[in-house]
Amino acid sequence: MTEVSVPHDDLWPALRRRTQARIGLGRAGGALPTRHRLELQAAHAAARDAVHAPFAPDRVAAELPGMPTVRVRSAASDRFTYLQRPDLGRRLEAVDRAHLPVGDWDVVFVVADGLSSRAVHAHAAAMVRATAERLPGWNVAPVVLAEQARVALGDDVAAAMGATTVVVLVGERPGMSAADSLGAYLTHRPVPGVTTDADRNCLSNIRPPLGLDYETAAGKLAALMGRARELGRSGVGLKDEIDPEKGYEVRFSKPFGEKLPIPDPFDRTLDTTGFQAPEGDAGE
Amino acid sequence: MSVYTTVLGGERHRFGSLARLLAAASPERSGDRLAGLAARTARERVAARWALADVPLTDFLTQPLIPYEDDDVTRLILDTHQRAAFAPVASMTVGELREWLLSEAADTAALTALAPGLTPEMAAAVSKLMGNADLVAVARKVSVVTAFRSTIGLPGRLATRLQPNHPTDDPAGVAAALLDGLLLGSGDAVIGINPATDSPKAVRDLLELLDGVIGRYSIPTQSCVLCHVTTAVDLMAQDAPVDLVFQSIAGTQAANASFGVTLGLLDEAHEAALALGRGTVGRNVMYFETGQGSALSAGAHHGVDQQTVEARAYAVARRYDPLLVNTVVGFIGPEYLYDGRQILRAALEDHFCGKLLGLPMGLDICYTNHADADDDDIATMLTVLGVAGASFVICTPGGDDIMLNYQSASYHDALYLREVLGLRPAPEFEAWLGSVGLLDDRGGIREISGTAHPLTAIGRELAA
Repeated sequence: MTEVSVPHDDLWPALRRRTQARIGLGRAGGALPTRHRLELQAAHAAARDAVHAPFAPDRVAAELPGMPTVRVRSAASDRFTYLQRPDLGRRLEAVDRAHLPVGDWDVVFVVADGLSSRAVHAHAAAMVRATAERLPGWNVAPVVLAEQARVALGDDVAAAMGATTVVVLVGERPGMSAADSLGAYLTHRPVPGVTTDADRNCLSNIRPPLGLDYETAAGKLAALMGRARELGRSGVGLKDEIDPEKGYEVRFSKPFGEKLPIPDPFDRTLDTTGFQAPEGDAGE
Repeated sequence: MSVYTTVLGGERHRFGSLARLLAAASPERSGDRLAGLAARTARERVAARWALADVPLTDFLTQPLIPYEDDDVTRLILDTHQRAAFAPVASMTVGELREWLLSEAADTAALTALAPGLTPEMAAAVSKLMGNADLVAVARKVSVVTAFRSTIGLPGRLATRLQPNHPTDDPAGVAAALLDGLLLGSGDAVIGINPATDSPKAVRDLLELLDGVIGRYSIPTQSCVLCHVTTAVDLMAQDAPVDLVFQSIAGTQAANASFGVTLGLLDEAHEAALALGRGTVGRNVMYFETGQGSALSAGAHHGVDQQTVEARAYAVARRYDPLLVNTVVGFIGPEYLYDGRQILRAALEDHFCGKLLGLPMGLDICYTNHADADDDDIATMLTVLGVAGASFVICTPGGDDIMLNYQSASYHDALYLREVLGLRPAPEFEAWLGSVGLLDDRGGIREISGTAHPLTAIGRELAA
């Protein structure tokens, strides 16, 4: 690899501490040096494999001992269809709808493959367990393991089972630095086709050890669920409520860029303008 | 409403409206299927093209795809249509227009004169009869020259937007990516940042950072922080250093409403930016981004196929004599453009239609991780669009945008494209590159080792 110049001075390492952008890569003629071309390909390959890895519901079920599970598919029959028809990924396959157990459920957990089965295999069962432990007295429905599913499929599931609250744990769209990020979407009393994203609360980037850990995420999620039940709603309405007991606990989903009032004993305002948004999205 | 029919291979095909005919004639893409507008079979698609070839161009003036009274983009298109410019092709069908555009009669001067006589729907219609090679051959004959502090669109030139985004708008992070791009010869179209928030203070901080660098090093280029047009209007009123006003636009009134913009708002912003008089070699002060699928995603496509709706956005753009317009062609995801093949086709269509309608058309050649595309698709698209004469392309550090989480062309890709096609930067910027020692004796971008160049002060101060 002659003819490749790589900056050797300390400027680029210093600048790289301030951004993850691929800067100061050097040149091979006009092109990227081999190492940097392969690094880009490796990041993309991890993302692509995560998008296309088949969902293995058995793996998730095996990590949920003592919790009954039920498997469903969306109306998108395969990955090819799923990626092109978001509308089908939001609807239950008709046959599977009939298999769902109807009951007086307080909450149903839906584990959805979304855009990263890898994230779901790594983190979903642990999140279900950690969250369910924090819900004493709740009538928790069998865990629904959903294939080729988007977030709004949870609305269909909750309606079919008679569940009051649905929590969808879904694989988020892989980025170049993380392909195993899990999202959690809470919706209270969803109505298929009527509920919108504004009616949901979201926790993103659940991905220990680099992202949010299970204990923290489950604590926030359970607090939100309790608050949604008290108020009778989730979404934008919930995040604007101030809970005098829990304070900022229930306000974590305020959009970045707004002033965030933190109550006593802190009694100050936090400027979230510079906060970093989590990478990727799960598709609505 | 007319009904269009044709018989192909003994089979009779019927299309209930001009919009249905255009949709069925479109090359395959996932967004038209999602909308339920795509041809149901390959035969139906070709049959639609046979029928479309015989449609007189005047049908597009008498049968608006979206009613005149319902949509201000339709009104804009029909109210500003110039009959005199249209005259040379007024008696033609869509099929005849294709042949004329490909003929020697359609030279640069003839195409320039024709632009105000064509409507977006005519451009979209003829593009559906054209192969990828046709779209290249005609677009490269068109010349659209615009200017602010650099001149965009001259023959033999390719400009770049340097896009130094950072997920938290960290000034040092932005400056680092900016320095990297300048040292690789990027930034003559614009230094343009997508900010992490639309807060006026954050946008102003970035504007002042860019204005400081451009001023200190006398770089003949312009900056843009891609905030909402209303934010830009407020900032201009507070004397912030706004060079170009940016806005995402679409091809229907309802889709523009989903972006929070109206033609009146754009008029106001355009006037305010002109009044600042910050350009030196020209007075084109607007920058627009578009992209197939945005109207459908807003539920505002009115049953019109995504490529035709996209072309209608160019009618909005040309009202404001913009410096730059680019389609963000692979950003929207696989439910609208599934793979590299569909993204390439859309890139060629958007570039062709934009140029034919008189716009300084560039591209953000890109893909997301759930689309079936990779860095080889970027290289192919860049090459083809370079041959087609794209005015500019967007370039990011290493081809990876860490703020918007997608992959676009890299600064290195622009070096490649200029080298293989013999394209040069905008003349003012090229002269500046020479003056700061960044041009080699062949006119290419000289390799700089880490410490060697005075420009590295941009990064050095902020990294400290």
